[in-house]
Amino acid sequence: MLGYQSSLVMYDEEYQRIVEGADKLLRESNAKSVFLVDRNGQLIAATGETEHLDTTSLASLTAGNIAATGGLAKLIGEKEFSILFHEGEKDNIHISIVGGRVILVVIFDQRSSLGLVRLRVKKASEEFDRTLEALDRKSAEESGGGDPQNPFAEITDDDIDNLFR
Amino acid sequence: MAFINYASREINCKIVYYGPGLCGKTTNLQTIYQRTSPDARGKMISLATETERTLFFDFLPLALGEIRGFKTRFHLYTVPGQVFYDASRKLILKGVDGVVFVADSQDERLDANIESLENLKDNLDEQGYELEKIPFVIQYNKRDLPNQTSLEELKELLNPDEVPDFEACALTGEGVFETLKAVAKQILVELKKGKR
Repeated sequence: MLGYQSSLVMYDEEYQRIVEGADKLLRESNAKSVFLVDRNGQLIAATGETEHLDTTSLASLTAGNIAATGGLAKLIGEKEFSILFHEGEKDNIHISIVGGRVILVVIFDQRSSLGLVRLRVKKASEEFDRTLEALDRKSAEESGGGDPQNPFAEITDDDIDNLFR
Repeated sequence: MAFINYASREINCKIVYYGPGLCGKTTNLQTIYQRTSPDARGKMISLATETERTLFFDFLPLALGEIRGFKTRFHLYTVPGQVFYDASRKLILKGVDGVVFVADSQDERLDANIESLENLKDNLDEQGYELEKIPFVIQYNKRDLPNQTSLEELKELLNPDEVPDFEACALTGEGVFETLKAVAKQILVELKKGKR
């Protein structure tokens, strides 16, 4: 039984690899934007046409969407639905689960196609999965070593109180 | 499960407001939204029915400032309080860093409060959490209404472990930020301990 559960930690090196992977997927699938979101609704990375999008809300709603359809899947005896597709008049959203823990979102329009996006997502997911595994290993090593990098180890009550002033 | 991003120097934490139907969970978030500077808050999302009862969740992202060079963000969620939305409540608790239990102080809602608190424990338990071990505060809402259960009785029935608790009137804002601050503080203290 756990109390406080382990945090998801993202380091510079892996973050760069994820952003590069997202950029590559964006180009190869001819998409408008690509997002990686963790299953709890936190945005990990975003690339492409994101400046007019509320990326925080997108991340939260995507995670909610995956959670709700995951509940539906279990109701019919499936483990989960690994791919979701929403078709709009102009823009479409392709949502898939990478490595069982991260959500990959691709927004695309008529300049691409569902077939192309699915093909490129499949290839990109393997690369993301490898990066996430490396991240897990590094995270385990850090916390196993007493987590010397914990940036919050030295925070004081004043630091916390200052947030609310 | 907080998300610590060393690359963008950000930390994101998830707070869930739990409680029986119509106890004031959504009102808490609306009040926080209305009284927070636009620079410090994102858009509030409410997935509600046509009669404005929460169907899935409300969501409000807050950026509170920096601690040791890390932007500190809290994602506030409410659950749907109505009993039959239990499947949705379970989903929203995933990855939670801290819980606020909003109790309805009205006499006729006492049983609903107790039932909701038991439901919270069960749903956390199902996901491998233990309420006693996670950041948790209680808010006694609607203290402005006449037909109230006494504070002593509420504390005795809902807060035997004596976690931080607050009287509130979410509509007027009384006690709302004190509640938020208390749970946020507990979350940051847990992070300080390095429980990762």
